Order: sequence, then C-alpha cells, then structure tokens
Amino acid sequence: MDFFNDLMTNPGITKAMWPAFLETMQMTGISALFTVVVGLPLGILLLNTARGGLTPNRGLNVLLSGIIVNITRSIPFAILMVSLIPLATLLVGTSLGPIAASVSLTIGTIPFFARLVETALRDVSAGKIDAALVMGSTRMQVVRKVLVPEALPGIIAAMTTTIVTLIGYSAMAGLVGGGGLGRLAYNYGFQRYEPAIMVVTIVIMVLLVQLVQIIGDWIARLVDHR
Amino acid sequence: MITVTDLRKVYQQGDRTVVALDGVSLHVDAGQIHGIIGHSGAGKSTLVRCLTLLDRPTSGSVSVNNKELANVSDADLRTARRRIGMVFQHANLMDSRTTAQNVAFPLELIGTPKAKVAEKVSALLELVGLTPFADAYPSQLSGGQRQRVGIARALSSDPDVLLCDEPTSALDPKTTDEILELIKSVRDRLNLTVLIITHEMNVVKQACDSVSLLEAGRIVEHGDIAKVVADPAGRLSQALLPMPGELPDDLPAGTVLDLLYSGTQATEPVISSIARTFNTDVNVLAGSVEHLGEHQFAHIRIQLPEGADIDAITKHLLGNGVAVTVKETK
Repeated sequence: MDFFNDLMTNPGITKAMWPAFLETMQMTGISALFTVVVGLPLGILLLNTARGGLTPNRGLNVLLSGIIVNITRSIPFAILMVSLIPLATLLVGTSLGPIAASVSLTIGTIPFFARLVETALRDVSAGKIDAALVMGSTRMQVVRKVLVPEALPGIIAAMTTTIVTLIGYSAMAGLVGGGGLGRLAYNYGFQRYEPAIMVVTIVIMVLLVQLVQIIGDWIARLVDHR
Repeated sequence: MITVTDLRKVYQQGDRTVVALDGVSLHVDAGQIHGIIGHSGAGKSTLVRCLTLLDRPTSGSVSVNNKELANVSDADLRTARRRIGMVFQHANLMDSRTTAQNVAFPLELIGTPKAKVAEKVSALLELVGLTPFADAYPSQLSGGQRQRVGIARALSSDPDVLLCDEPTSALDPKTTDEILELIKSVRDRLNLTVLIITHEMNVVKQACDSVSLLEAGRIVEHGDIAKVVADPAGRLSQALLPMPGELPDDLPAGTVLDLLYSGTQATEPVISSIARTFNTDVNVLAGSVEHLGEHQFAHIRIQLPEGADIDAITKHLLGNGVAVTVKETK
C-alpha cells in the first residue's frame, strides 16, 4: 500500500500537480488559439495559390509552401523550440513559463495545422467551386461560403489532431522552462525518481488526450452532413 | 434568347495546340429548348465552360438577350454569369446546406433581404415539388430530388437562360423522364431559353425543340427537330429514327425502299395506299416510329416484289410528302 499512500501524501501530487496541470492547459489553449487563427488562413492560401486554385500565384506558393511550411516542419520540434527562445524573450519579455513556451509551440504547430487544413479543403469537389462561381460568387465568397463550410468536418478533425499534438509538445516544452505536466514528470518522476508522479502524470495526459479526441470527433460528426 | 457567334477555344497541351472549339455558332429563341448532342471528346465540356465563362473563349462572343457576356471585364463577369442559370450532371449541391439553404445560395451572394429570400425559396421549392424537403440535407435526398434542388437553385437568380450540362446522365430512365418534364414545365412557366448539353439521344427526343450535333469542336448539323429528321441522309435523322444498316443476305428478290415521313406531311395512309393504288404486295422489313416534339415521325423499310413499277411508286410517294431512298439489293 506504499504506492497508494504515496499518491495521497506526496507533495509533488498534492501541491504541484494542479498548478502544473493548469500550466499545461494554458500552453495548449493559447497555442491552439493562435495556431488556428494563423494556420487556417495559411492553409487556405496554400490551397488557393497553388496551380488550379482560385488565385494561382507561383511565387507566393513557393514562399509559403516550399520555404516557410516545409522548412519549419523539417526542424525537429525540440530544436525549433530551443532556437525560438530569443524570439519568445523578445515577444513576451521572458524565456520562462507557459506563455513564453506558447510562442514556440504556436510557431511549431502552425505549419502542421496549415497542411492539414489544406488537405481538408482539397477534398471539396471542384464541381462545387465551379457551381459557386457560375452563380456569381466572388473568390472570397467561395472561400467563406463553400470551401470552409464544406470542409468543416475535416477542419474540426485537423483541430483535434493539432490539440492532441500540442498536448504532447507542451510536455516537451516543459523541459526547456515552459513548466506544466512535462516539467513535473521530468523533475519529480525522472530526476527525483518518484514513479508515482510519473504514473499519475502519464494517466492525466492519456485521459486529457482521450477527452480531446472524443469531443473533437463528436463536434466533427455534428457538423458533418455528407 | 442566347446567341453564340463563332466561338473558338484553343489551348496548349505541352507542345501540342488543341482546338477544342472550332467556330461554334448557334442561336436559340426565348421559350425554346435546344439540345447540343455529341460524343465525349466532341467539345461539350469546353463549350459549357466557355458559355458559363469559367474559361474565357479564345475568340467569338456569347450574348444573352443582346447583352454581350464573353468580352466583359472581370468586375462585370459575376453579374453577367447570373444571366445564365446552370444545372450540373451531379447537381453539385453544398452538402453542408439544407435544400432551402442551397436554393438560397445565389440570393445570399447579392445580399438579398432574409424575408425576400424565404419567400422566393418557398416559391421555387413549390415549383420543383420539394416543399416537404426544405430542411433535408442533400445526403438525405435521392438523385432525382437533388437534381430538382439544382434546378430550383439555378432559377433563383432569375436567369434568362437555363444551361443544363448532362442533367440526366446520372439518373435512371424514370427519373430522367421526370426531370425532363420539369425542365419543360419551368420553360413554359418562365418562358426560359434552355440549352441542354447531352450525349443521350433520348433527351433530344423527349425534350428538345431544336438540336445541334457537335463533333470535333464544330456544329456539323443543326435545326428544328422536324427539319433535321426530314433529311434521311443526316446523322441526326439516322440517330433519332434508327434503321438497321445492312440488308439480310437471305432476302427474297425485290426492291427495298426506305420511307421517311411525318404524321402531318403524309396526306394518306402511306403503306396501304401503295398496295391499293399499285395493286402490289408490300412487305415491311423494319422501322421506327417516334413522337418528336409535336409531330409523329416514321422511318419504315419496305420491300416490293419483283416487277413492281418502282418509278411510279416513288413518284406517288414523293407526291405525298414521303422521302424515299432506294436501297441496293444484292
């Protein structure tokens, strides 16, 4: 019963766990918000500047797709995060804490989300876009009234995947000063070798991911009329 | 009405220059249903894309009620497009919208007030017989119902021309009949000009007042149904009133004639009048009788026994408004 006793009394759980959980939520929430705000338009641009899009623009497409998105995605996240510490310092005045970590989390996730959005939008049949154009839609109306609503189930699924990824990344961000459950597991579980903390952290992360996935799938089904 | 003048579309495919439309001209009066028929690769899809201005024609013009569409500036293009309502082969409805919301789409685009939209949508749904399905999503509708929504949507911007691109090619025969009847009835009510692009001769038979045959980017035959059918050598006539090409080998001796006539042209019962007037046997070998537009047409192959006075019989038939072709016998 030592293990269960430990669970109830270990200060790593009774005192540090809740703030760490809140920090993880904070990092994930802020990053998810900015990732969607920037990544959704970026995904739309990736699709529409490509050949056959609504506004083909080879130069812009090469810049966005080939340079920005592909380069960012090819840098391993741990390295990207460390290399973005100066930017976080510049933007939020500190390199420590969940808000600073959100800067690199957001920048690391935007290209990933934008690619998922691009793929979801590509599934909207050309016939629907033609129909909207023939009825006299502007390009902006095609995006707002056809592309995004028709791809909404896919976009919701992309958001779910992105939030799940962010929860995982946020644990990594904990190692370089971001705080949250990742740091808790590392400091208490690994460095102080307290298996109970490690186990509880893992269980919380697993439950969190499950919950996000279930809610995401539920919303996606709700908006899917196909 | 719609007038297309010398429409050409040329595009580059690698090093090759492809002439998809090679000077297409046609004119359809208001209230007419005109069929454009052609095999795949004839240029039908390119013609549709040029008429709706999804692709700019290389040269030539498209005008609806004497207003030019093909050469307008980009800014006027959207307004110009609203003069042509389009019905697609697969309806191309928005899956995220209900029937009523799909029909409202063209009205939303120009910011029509909500009350006006609701009023118009319910009138259109009644016109196409879908009032009980106003709140259904496309996935809950049958193919024929989806096409009805497509027609209502095309009509909601009050177009002068209804352009139907293979409107029944994805439907079963019974639903095809219903959709063609619907197209005819909205034409009658709204005095629309209708263009139906199709590869199905059946659609031309059932719905069209006039027809064009598109082949390799050119219109090779065109005219009112009665006019194109009356030319037995014409391809459209042969397709509309088919006749087996070869005569059987074991045919007894005699002369074979192909007769083509319409119910209004022929003044006497054709076959029995030959038998009576020339006191001869008449053997019917093959034939088709079709109701095309307002007229009944017949294309009959008969055989006359040896010794019959072919010249006199031919003359008699021609005098009665029957086109006669003497077939070679072996």
